[in-house]
Amino acid sequence: MSSRSSSRRFSARLGRSIALHLFLTPLALIWLFPLWMMVIFSTMPDRGIFSPSIELLPHGNFLDNVNNLQRDTNFIGAIGISVSVAVTYTFLSVLLTSMAGWALARYQFFGKGVVVAIILGTITLPYAVVLIPQFIMVARDFKLANTWVALIVPPLFNSLGVLFMRQSFSMMPGDLFDAARVEGVKEWRIFLFVALPLARPMLAALAIILFLASWNNYLWPLLINSKPGAMTAPVALGTLIGLTKVSWGGIMAGAVMLTVPMLVVFVLLQRHFVAGIAAGAIK
Amino acid sequence: MRYQNATAYRFLAPYLLIFSIFWLWPIISSFLISFQATRTVPWRFAPTFNWGRLIGDPAFFNALKNTLLILVIQVPVMITLAIVMAVLLNSPLLKARGLFRFAFFAPVVVGEVAYSAVFRLMFNLDYGIINKLLNSVGLPRIDWFSNVTPAMAVIMIAVTWRWAGYNAIILLAGLQSIPQDVYEAATLDRVSKLKQFFYITLPLLKPIIVFCAVLSIIGTMQLFTEPFLITERGGPGGGTETLGLLLYRQGFRSLNFGYASAIAYTMAGLAIAISLVQLWLTREPK
Repeated sequence: MSSRSSSRRFSARLGRSIALHLFLTPLALIWLFPLWMMVIFSTMPDRGIFSPSIELLPHGNFLDNVNNLQRDTNFIGAIGISVSVAVTYTFLSVLLTSMAGWALARYQFFGKGVVVAIILGTITLPYAVVLIPQFIMVARDFKLANTWVALIVPPLFNSLGVLFMRQSFSMMPGDLFDAARVEGVKEWRIFLFVALPLARPMLAALAIILFLASWNNYLWPLLINSKPGAMTAPVALGTLIGLTKVSWGGIMAGAVMLTVPMLVVFVLLQRHFVAGIAAGAIK
Repeated sequence: MRYQNATAYRFLAPYLLIFSIFWLWPIISSFLISFQATRTVPWRFAPTFNWGRLIGDPAFFNALKNTLLILVIQVPVMITLAIVMAVLLNSPLLKARGLFRFAFFAPVVVGEVAYSAVFRLMFNLDYGIINKLLNSVGLPRIDWFSNVTPAMAVIMIAVTWRWAGYNAIILLAGLQSIPQDVYEAATLDRVSKLKQFFYITLPLLKPIIVFCAVLSIIGTMQLFTEPFLITERGGPGGGTETLGLLLYRQGFRSLNFGYASAIAYTMAGLAIAISLVQLWLTREPK
């Protein structure tokens, strides 16, 4: 009796499992398809991309396409700018957000409620509201258009990162910091040498998200760094889309160079990635 | 806990400085600019100049209509899909979980420009892989970018592809925070899986679903890159022009900062309304 009911339960589970995979596999393939096509296009000559046959497997023209792209725009130079900006931005932003998160998590101070309200309020505020004055200020008043500073400094304010770090620091046991205080260790040393090392996994998650945001940022760099030698890689690539005499194989090679390194990072550090994104919502 | 104002503000100073210069002042400033005529030198105060133009501008209403249309269709479809993805990825029966997670989460790291380029090529009339596949199964090809409805569809498909996994990540984390014993008890009481989903999972997940919906609405409301690059500056003939694109055109092509600021504050008004709805939806029951 019991063996029969358990075998019935087993076949029900098996049925459910098969249905699950039958549904999810095609969905996953559809989801991977644009990425797959990006890679395929990047390895095809233009006359192959614009031919009536269906091509779903890679060819061997990736390096030719990189050359074509480089002929259309200085993409390698733009990658250099993107990497340097993203690295600098990530370092500064991690420092700034974790300092602010530390203050909010660990000290009682006058105006704390206001600061928290500001941070929560800006999450739902459209970026469009600050865009125009930011542009006028940076381009006209500070005369910083087409510089690295323009790309790095204005985006340093972010709200989800601070909330994430506040959460991380407030979950740490307070005794640890109090013990250091009793020893007479200064607050900034406690932050740098006790709290930050303890927060390493959270800092990694934050750094990945911030690096990605900077790497993929489009609208602000498009507006503020529009001079050919000062463009970031996405902006440089964007200028080619819609032109008539341009190598689409080259554009796809550029898209691959922007995307594949991030996919590799994603695969290697998936746990941090997911933690960083999920932290926005789960409080 | 005793007050440590000096220490706290020393840690907060750089962050608040950046906030004041690049956010607080711009928020005030763009409000003020929206009441000025900005195409005269010097700018002059003209309270109804931009706002008056806004309420009579067919281009504004076209962009507003397109934006709301995308919102109303794309966000519910995407959130539903994200819930399905999250629930199925969370199933203990799933094999090769890592592969499925990769497939759905990978678009999260893909930049707007890169994926816009790919979608534009995939939906090309003569040589796009989508039309080739339609042809190969005997369906007529679709001129995606010359007609408004299919062009809108491409935008919505693209945005859904890019962001469904992002929302699924957040929802999956929410699912995993639901204690397992609730489900165990329900299973013992012979409550079917489907009923468990509707009566346990959905209600417990509601705050997170609302959070995802609000973030998605605010993101979609500002949609810019996709109509800028995929449908070529909001084409065909303004058929996919969004508020974000109109703001870009007015602010940075025509350098009409006053009018663009009025558009920006319209978006902010919508966002505030949506946030209030969120607060109301997730209020604590009395």
